[in-house]
Amino acid sequence: MADTSPDRSQAASGIGIAWARLQTNRNWLGFWFMLPAAAFLIVFLAYPLGLGVWLSFTDTRIGRAGEWIGFENYTWLLGDFSEGWEFWKTGDSVFWLSVFNTLLYTIVASAIKFAIGLYLAILLNRHMPFKAIIRAVILIPFIVPTVLSAIAFWWIFDTQFSILTWLLQGAGLIAEDFQINWLGDVAMARGSVIFANIWRGVPFIAITLLAGLQTVPPSLYEAAVIDGATRWQMFRHITYPLLTPIIAVVMTFSVLFTFTDFQLIWVLTRGGPVNATHLMATLSYQRAILGGHLGEGAAISTAMIPFLLFAIMFSWFGLQRRKWQQGEGND
Amino acid sequence: MTDLTAPESRTDDNEGMQFLETRMNRLVTLWVPLIIIMVVLLFPFYWMALTSIKPDKELIDLETTNPLWTWNPTLKHIKILLFETAYPRWLWNTMSVAVASTMLSLIASVGAAYAIVRIRYRGANWIGAAIFLAYLVPPSILFIPLASIIVSYGLFDTLFALILTYPTILIPFSTWLLMGYFKTIPFELEECALIDGASRWQILTRIVLPLAIPGLISAFIFGFTLCWNEFIYALTFISNADNKTVPVAIVTSFTDGDVYRWGSIMAGALIGSLPLVILYAFFVEHYVAAMTGAVKE
Repeated sequence: MADTSPDRSQAASGIGIAWARLQTNRNWLGFWFMLPAAAFLIVFLAYPLGLGVWLSFTDTRIGRAGEWIGFENYTWLLGDFSEGWEFWKTGDSVFWLSVFNTLLYTIVASAIKFAIGLYLAILLNRHMPFKAIIRAVILIPFIVPTVLSAIAFWWIFDTQFSILTWLLQGAGLIAEDFQINWLGDVAMARGSVIFANIWRGVPFIAITLLAGLQTVPPSLYEAAVIDGATRWQMFRHITYPLLTPIIAVVMTFSVLFTFTDFQLIWVLTRGGPVNATHLMATLSYQRAILGGHLGEGAAISTAMIPFLLFAIMFSWFGLQRRKWQQGEGND
Repeated sequence: MTDLTAPESRTDDNEGMQFLETRMNRLVTLWVPLIIIMVVLLFPFYWMALTSIKPDKELIDLETTNPLWTWNPTLKHIKILLFETAYPRWLWNTMSVAVASTMLSLIASVGAAYAIVRIRYRGANWIGAAIFLAYLVPPSILFIPLASIIVSYGLFDTLFALILTYPTILIPFSTWLLMGYFKTIPFELEECALIDGASRWQILTRIVLPLAIPGLISAFIFGFTLCWNEFIYALTFISNADNKTVPVAIVTSFTDGDVYRWGSIMAGALIGSLPLVILYAFFVEHYVAAMTGAVKE
């Protein structure tokens, strides 16, 4: 944005007739160019977003228009706020369980994805043969549709014929006749879906962070080596600060998509066992589409919005701090 | 000059740092972790491919034969999949929905990106920021109201429901990506054309678009992948088995609990992934550019 403005003033000073004419109706021209995109985004994004919030205040069911019922859906889900701090006990326990699951899933998966992703990016940034091929291969889990790789995991986590169990038995880590109930046991199911999510998310984080690493000027490392810095000091005081803006963006995306994940859970567990892996997204699908209570489902999805806003603000201020440190003008 | 010397000095630098690093050390700190990570990342695909060519008997036999290999590959599962199910039809649905909605979004995004970056109408910056925010609105909070909109427009259970809703995921992303590309095209080119009497439309189609072809390819490939990957809208808006896309059809139409279905399910997942992997293999650089470009902005 900063790079076009000098050109623009230059153009304005050396006015051509065509240019002047265009400047006068620029807003209209912009309108026509924007029209297709704006139409899509208003009809199928902004309007549904508003409609979703509205639906959450109604008792709409599939096939029956609802009536305004105020905060009834929220009182039913979240609990009665007049009860004071114990309000959540009067709410829907499955809903609160899904909130807990979503936070657990997001925090654990994102933290591990970030750690492994950054480690992998640093590994890939070193000199090695076949670098391009290795990088391309690492990105494959991100290319393959989530549902299809989740199905492979479903088979890997099969109760009777799990290859993982076989491998662990072969390695002597568990007894020969011991079967692990990967997706049937509460703790194992949570661990399994988190593992599948990490598996799917690491390549994206690693490759984008690698792109960030490649922009760090080598001269900084040279200077640090001359000053006798250790590897950890170089990472801590050069790599990490310079990567902060990219980390902020990448992790915002990662957190957003992990928080709103649906596909992986739906394929692997459908929220089971005993709702132990129900995320807010899967619960809202179950209540709204399978159960027919559109209003209640909409209330669950609307309850996700504050969390998403928090994640966006978090990343936004991360970026702002970065700009301020660099002393860049804010454009 | 600095550009020329930079890679060299980095090599020197790395060697300088590695003067104490023995071959053994490099093996432990680089190759062992890298190979472990790659094996974990690729194993599910190996397992998918292996399962789809294993005979039924070996699928449920982990005792007498080594499950990690098969000596009796069979095409039976793939044959069942292609000739006894509606799989080709699902593949065709997925493909046509992905192509149609990616094209629609590209057309819309080119206009929007050009208008925001170059026409710079009043409030363009705000619209740009709004489009970035639209990128952050996830499908999981839109599918319920969208379902009721789709029903009221009479689009329920048609492919048009998907073709028209997928662009909401793609337009913000590709607009953002194309804005980056358009910014790099020299402004002087457009000025010359304007002075020569070209209209904005002519400038866009004759000057800007040909120069932004790498960006268009990136946006197309990434958008196509996103469409192919989409699940929750397709699951919610489609109920007739004939209109399903591959991801939804495999999850809903195949999983009846019969253990012998595993071969066909895995073959379905494998064949459903292949088009994307092949496309990706040809355009790796564009793909990475799309992915990192959108993030770097």
